[in-house]
Amino acid sequence: MMNWSLAVPELVLACCGMAILLFGALMKRRETFHLASMLTIGAFLITAMLVIAGPHGLAYHGQFVADSFSGFVKLLVLAGSAFAVVASLDYNEHENLRRFEFPVLILFATVGMMLMASAVNLMTLYVGLELQSLSIYVLAAFARDQLRSSEAGLKYFVLGALASGLLLYGISLIYGFTGSMQFDQLARVLADPARVSPGLIVGIVFLVAGLAFKVSAVPFHMWTPDVYEGAPTPVTLLMGTSPKVAAMALLVRAMATPFGHLLGQWQQLIVLVSIASMLLGALAAIGQRNIKRLMAYSSIGHMGYVLIGLAAGTPAGIRGVLLYLVTYVFMSAGTFACILAMRRRGVMLEQIADLGGLGRRDPVLAMWLTVFMFSMAGIPPFSGFWAKYFIFTAAVQSGLWALAVIGVLTSVIGAYYYIRIIKVMYFDEPQEAFDPRPPSLSLLAAGSGLFTTLFFVFPAPFVGAAETAAKVLFG
Amino acid sequence: MLYAVAVFAPLLGSAIAGLFGRAIGDRAAQAVTILCMVLASICGVTAFVQLVYLGAPSGMVVLGDWVQAGSFHVSWALHYDTLSAVMVAMVTCVATLIHIYSVGYMSHDHSIARFFSYLSLFSFAMLMLVSADNLLQLFFGWEGVGLASYLLIGFWYDRPSACAAAMKAFIVNRVGDLGFAVGIALVFTLFGSIEFGSIFANVPAHMDATYHLLGHDWRAYEVVGILLFIGAMGKSAQIGLHVWLPDAMEGPTPVSALIHAATMVTAGVFLMARFSPVLDYAPGAMAFVTFIGATTALFAATVGCVQNDIKRVIAYSTCSQLGYMFVAAGVGAYQASIFHLLTHAFFKALLFLTAGSVIHAMSDEQDMRRMGGIWRLIPFTYAMMWIGNLALGGVFPFAGYFSKDAIVEAAWAAHTGIGQYGFWCTLIAAFLTAFYSWRLLIMTFHGTPRADHHVMQHVHESPPVMLVPLALLGVGAVVAGFVFRDQLIGADWQAFWGSSIQIAPGNHVLRDMEDLPAWVTLSPSVLGLLGIATAYLFYMIRPEIPPRLAAAFPAGYRFLLNKWYFDELYGVVLVAPFRALARLLWQVGDVTLIDGVPNGLAALTAGGSARVVRLQTGSIAVYAFSMLIGLVVLVSVFLLFLR
Repeated sequence: MMNWSLAVPELVLACCGMAILLFGALMKRRETFHLASMLTIGAFLITAMLVIAGPHGLAYHGQFVADSFSGFVKLLVLAGSAFAVVASLDYNEHENLRRFEFPVLILFATVGMMLMASAVNLMTLYVGLELQSLSIYVLAAFARDQLRSSEAGLKYFVLGALASGLLLYGISLIYGFTGSMQFDQLARVLADPARVSPGLIVGIVFLVAGLAFKVSAVPFHMWTPDVYEGAPTPVTLLMGTSPKVAAMALLVRAMATPFGHLLGQWQQLIVLVSIASMLLGALAAIGQRNIKRLMAYSSIGHMGYVLIGLAAGTPAGIRGVLLYLVTYVFMSAGTFACILAMRRRGVMLEQIADLGGLGRRDPVLAMWLTVFMFSMAGIPPFSGFWAKYFIFTAAVQSGLWALAVIGVLTSVIGAYYYIRIIKVMYFDEPQEAFDPRPPSLSLLAAGSGLFTTLFFVFPAPFVGAAETAAKVLFG
Repeated sequence: MLYAVAVFAPLLGSAIAGLFGRAIGDRAAQAVTILCMVLASICGVTAFVQLVYLGAPSGMVVLGDWVQAGSFHVSWALHYDTLSAVMVAMVTCVATLIHIYSVGYMSHDHSIARFFSYLSLFSFAMLMLVSADNLLQLFFGWEGVGLASYLLIGFWYDRPSACAAAMKAFIVNRVGDLGFAVGIALVFTLFGSIEFGSIFANVPAHMDATYHLLGHDWRAYEVVGILLFIGAMGKSAQIGLHVWLPDAMEGPTPVSALIHAATMVTAGVFLMARFSPVLDYAPGAMAFVTFIGATTALFAATVGCVQNDIKRVIAYSTCSQLGYMFVAAGVGAYQASIFHLLTHAFFKALLFLTAGSVIHAMSDEQDMRRMGGIWRLIPFTYAMMWIGNLALGGVFPFAGYFSKDAIVEAAWAAHTGIGQYGFWCTLIAAFLTAFYSWRLLIMTFHGTPRADHHVMQHVHESPPVMLVPLALLGVGAVVAGFVFRDQLIGADWQAFWGSSIQIAPGNHVLRDMEDLPAWVTLSPSVLGLLGIATAYLFYMIRPEIPPRLAAAFPAGYRFLLNKWYFDELYGVVLVAPFRALARLLWQVGDVTLIDGVPNGLAALTAGGSARVVRLQTGSIAVYAFSMLIGLVVLVSVFLLFLR
């Protein structure tokens, strides 16, 4: 059944990408970065509308699915990528990175991520993942005349290749032991416990390892701090938002649909990874002085919390995962917008100490950063609190008390370094003022900040959509 | 409407002086608060006159909803009946005079705006208390005066003794408040409402209700009566919970006059009168009230006889007079207790303010042993002290004569054993009252000057702004008695009080007071005069007698001087064990455990952080290696779990 119309959003986006590429190549002498960026954002908007309006169903002989879950994830991915493009406008201008390939690469990464959200076949999964990864490898090394950026890109590429190898090896094991790559067929086969063999289990572990690398869960997280620090900040923003969402969605779908019957087995695996991520995220961030590195550890910790929801293995848990990802994308994008605004006399700053006295120099920026930090720490009424609330409730309902307790304890530790930033901003010696903020960053910070602050006023549409999306996976 | 203005004008004054005192300056803050108080007193007196003499209907002024929770409804509403109107009129008038007096007395202070703001806040809370339409609102005012008194006693917060006194007042009151709060809860479970109207309307319905406590069924009215009285004991400084009142003299003298004479401490008496419809059916609780009141009257009077601080003598006198009021309430003569409350407000405020005038003249000296011989220098103050003393001592025709005699007679007329106890206690206390009053007068004004000549040179009459309130209060202390006697406790008291005081059909105390043996009627006056004569003999003619008496009965003297050792007893029984427990919880519980655990955890966390960060070397080989190690660990764990 070649119902290709279900993939119209991806097709349109890919075509737009090629058109923009062509356009950029032809208009060589002119300044094309801004125009290409705007066109990319426009393409994202069109795609988002197509996603919302599009029908649901299976396509391409059961290799591709459009359902509420994929729709939810795709919209979130598009939002995250759009934020990255917006954040890059001013940064690339100043850092001499204004090349039209930049937004186009983000666009192609986004196509890959959307494919990941829709993958119901191990092969589609791999193709989507690789499209996304390859684009981001290039983006990480985009500031190619800077040592740190090149190093980050190379590190990410080498380790990413290793992770892809693990993933492929896992896929081949699974295929070898079950004879299928289709999620629904796998589920049917594995409903019979006799078909579960150690080889299959090893395959699943390899698959999880490959995906855990993408969401930077411990022990596959080592690349995160270095790459976050080295990559151009808008790229870090991108890595902190959409790919995390897409990879996590992929992990959720892969665990819940084909291997749903094996919950008893892989649950322990996810619990272990989750605990390790939360602990490392909380502990390692304490000693950091560079705010981008801090955000890297913070993202590791947050992925640990998200994995709690997956470990719960219930619709409530998956709903928690999706809601957490929503709030996380906005918090993260907002925080990076604030980090991007840290520029003094044309030089980008990354040290936490540089924020000293921001409360007096730029009260608005300080306020938004305070909002994001409080939200990340999980303090009500900000959205981060509600995300944690949904996750922990689901864990407790599934009897995962230990996980919930560890989660609460590590968020207490986490609160320390988040609130330290607030302390630095409001109580430390004032530093020289930052350069004036460009409107794009102000807009991004204010938009994410408002979402984070006011989430508790209108959570119903998000909770409802997440609920519908989560139910899809449990048929 | 006027009534609401009378209650809320002081709040407005307080808010303006408190919030904008710095901006508008001391003068303006004084002017605003006094203006608001004057307005309040005009409205208060008008409301009183309209209700009692011009036949305005009583009722309530609803201001809005407060709490709506299930069957629990409470509104903000002002109760407008004779009892409340009398109290509002009295409180606003006395408070206004004290505000004016304070302009002179506090003229050298640094934070005048703050003082006037507190003073007005206090007046507002007291007005809220007396005009409340339900128990919760009454409790609001009750706690409000508690707060305001805490702020005012500790007004000079740089004096450790003032801070200690403020805390003592607050904490001791809390003990009583607990009883009161439980009493309110019990009233709600009993009547399903805490609004006075619906409580008093349903009194006959719950006559036989019982309350199970400590394995025994008690009549619910008795329990309610006792609980409310425990609250009243705290606020009105009855024996056992009286310890805060003498210490409260640490506050500025106008505060002593306002809080510890005229208004706040009378809240308990007011509560008894307000609950007369219920209390009259609780004979056991009433006996308890009489007993405590009579004991306090006698106890405080004995202590007052040996104190040397001029304000402390008056403070113990207040304590004693409050005992009188509770005796009256306890034998069912609520009218007499409010009557005494009213006259006492005038003459006690007068006494305190006169004492303040003396202290002002003596360069802030409060010890009577370092006074004397100043009556020629401050004649007006001296005359006012005489009026106050005559009223307090119960000499005809001063205010105290009428109200105090009424109480002593009511105690006799109760014809009960506890009534007899009350009668004899109050009679002896009448003698002691007269004695310590004139002891105070003679020690302060007569004899040879005992202050150094530096102080004596500065002795001067207070400014008119202080003397005018004295004169007005003096007029009240003279006339309040015979003006109000027939209306408040005469044969047709019902015409005056309306439905605000309801007594049981069997309560004939007021009627029986009319025909008593002659000696009962005369004895308070005779004993009072005897007390005056004794004081005159001891301190004027033969000043060597008191020291000799003290030397002859050292144990008795010290017992009285140390106030029956109440503070020491509480120190040993309550304060010391509590301190020990607190120290234990602090040093072991808090410092070691509560602080230690997080500090240890924090150190552990920081250490863990350093170790984790050290793994992050930046070497790509290490990263890849750790990924593979992690994979191996996961696979082995997973395979182990599968088995």
